[in-house]
Amino acid sequence: MATLGELAKLIRSKNAGPFVMTIDIMFGDEETYEKVKKSGVLSRKLVAETYKISENQVQFFEVDNCYAFKASIPRPYFQGDLMDSDSHAGQQYAPFIDIEVPGT
Amino acid sequence: MASTDEVRVLAGSGVCGAGFRAESLEEGMGKKPHFIGCDGGSTDPGPFPLGSGQTSFARTSIKRDMRLMLLAARKAKVPLLLGTAGTSGGAPHVQAAREILMEIAEEEGLKFPLAVIHAEQDKEYLKKRFREGRIKPLDPAPPFDEETIDKSERIVGMMGEEPFLKALDNGAEVVLTGRSSDCAIYAGIPIRNGIPEGIAWHAAKILECGTAAVEQRKAADSLFATCRGDHFDIEALDDTLRCTPQSVASHSLYENADPFRLVESNGTMDLSTSTYEALDDKRVRVSNSGFEPADRYTVKLEGAELVGYQTIVIGGVRDPYILRQLDSWIEKIYASVHKRVHDIYGDTISRDDYVFNIRVYGRDGVMGPLEPETELRTHEVCMIMEATAPTQDMATSVATVARHKALHEPIPEWSGLITGLACTYSPAHLERGAVYRFNVNHVVEPDDPYEMFPIEYVNVG
Repeated sequence: MATLGELAKLIRSKNAGPFVMTIDIMFGDEETYEKVKKSGVLSRKLVAETYKISENQVQFFEVDNCYAFKASIPRPYFQGDLMDSDSHAGQQYAPFIDIEVPGT
Repeated sequence: MASTDEVRVLAGSGVCGAGFRAESLEEGMGKKPHFIGCDGGSTDPGPFPLGSGQTSFARTSIKRDMRLMLLAARKAKVPLLLGTAGTSGGAPHVQAAREILMEIAEEEGLKFPLAVIHAEQDKEYLKKRFREGRIKPLDPAPPFDEETIDKSERIVGMMGEEPFLKALDNGAEVVLTGRSSDCAIYAGIPIRNGIPEGIAWHAAKILECGTAAVEQRKAADSLFATCRGDHFDIEALDDTLRCTPQSVASHSLYENADPFRLVESNGTMDLSTSTYEALDDKRVRVSNSGFEPADRYTVKLEGAELVGYQTIVIGGVRDPYILRQLDSWIEKIYASVHKRVHDIYGDTISRDDYVFNIRVYGRDGVMGPLEPETELRTHEVCMIMEATAPTQDMATSVATVARHKALHEPIPEWSGLITGLACTYSPAHLERGAVYRFNVNHVVEPDDPYEMFPIEYVNVG
């Protein structure tokens, strides 16, 4: 079974403004994207479980025209607040790299 | 211009100060753009630039980029639109960028009609709109009231394309603005010339990040769009960079919560139906993007307030006995520090007057509460101990206490005095100065798109 890290062209996270962060998981071709989509492994639920937040805090998108999945969540702390640990939210994607994709 | 005519747009770079190749700008000018645009910042660097009034990029970097764009625009006699001056677009940021612009004009002997559009908001105006119920929260938003307005170092409004167009109508050929929507810099002129709103706004969205939309971004660089009837064509100007349907489509993901719907002052881009077609191996044609006009015009606010002054201590732990009880050892450091601070200051300072925090790299320093890993799997950790207080003196006082307490906090395995923290520097503490927080995520409903953005006209040279 392959992992998302092995299959994806790019996995990244970033601020979407100072109050929300967003995670992009992008694939290089339609075939891989469709396989991952079909596996059902990437979902609102997975994002919620990974970050230990409730599902209704997660916006989840399948973006067919660029073979990408996208999730957005409220930042645990606003950008630059005293307890914030990642000003650009650039390193919050790591837990998705090792997710295994059934059927690959 | 009839709707079948084209509007050619050159984006100097993703940010004025991030750079671009001089050759790329020249290549773009060869395609005869109707105007050049560039923004000067965003909230990306965090609350510090907005709160402190400082710019994120160095003055020298901003000046280099601005000089090349200004010279190119003046030579071709096309408008230059510079949004969000000086990172945050508040009064000191606009002033800093304006001084740079004036300096360049003098050095190069340039003459032009300039419009400077201000975006830092008058606090009484904001209070009036708040009392009228015309300041509304976005989601998520910090609490907001008149006290928030008073406490803010500054609050800026994000202007739409209308003030830019008004300045041009009144004869300006260079427009330097405070905080503006990045897209508004690029959308106004094409829309006015008959390009459908959906196409113009989507092109603007791609343009505003410069080469972020190319396949393998090597560095910040210029980008070119040709808007024509029902589509726009996008291309990089460095011969080695390629725009592909996927690279352009995926740009709508970047830094947006929703990849299909992007909100502006006067409406929302709808990119859910956009189509992307390769024209050749470098250029992409985009069609079928939509725009839904808003029922109510809104202006987004950005504000920052002072949190306090901060001093930090950086150190590391390598002892496996400490590492296996790291959490409880750190709890003891917290307790020792608070007790010692109380011993020093007595009742003159309460626990609410300062914040003492320890970050642990190697455990959850990067992800904090989002970290799914629960086990420590490392032979060393880095600790950053942070003290934040109403004065720098007090922050430093707490940080120096923390250094001493962390150095010698005992563990049961060792008897005798231990030194449990490897301090990186001497002095071990580092004064970080003032720290700020974003305190506003709201929109104002103004009477019109202009009332929050006064325009000043200057004949340069």
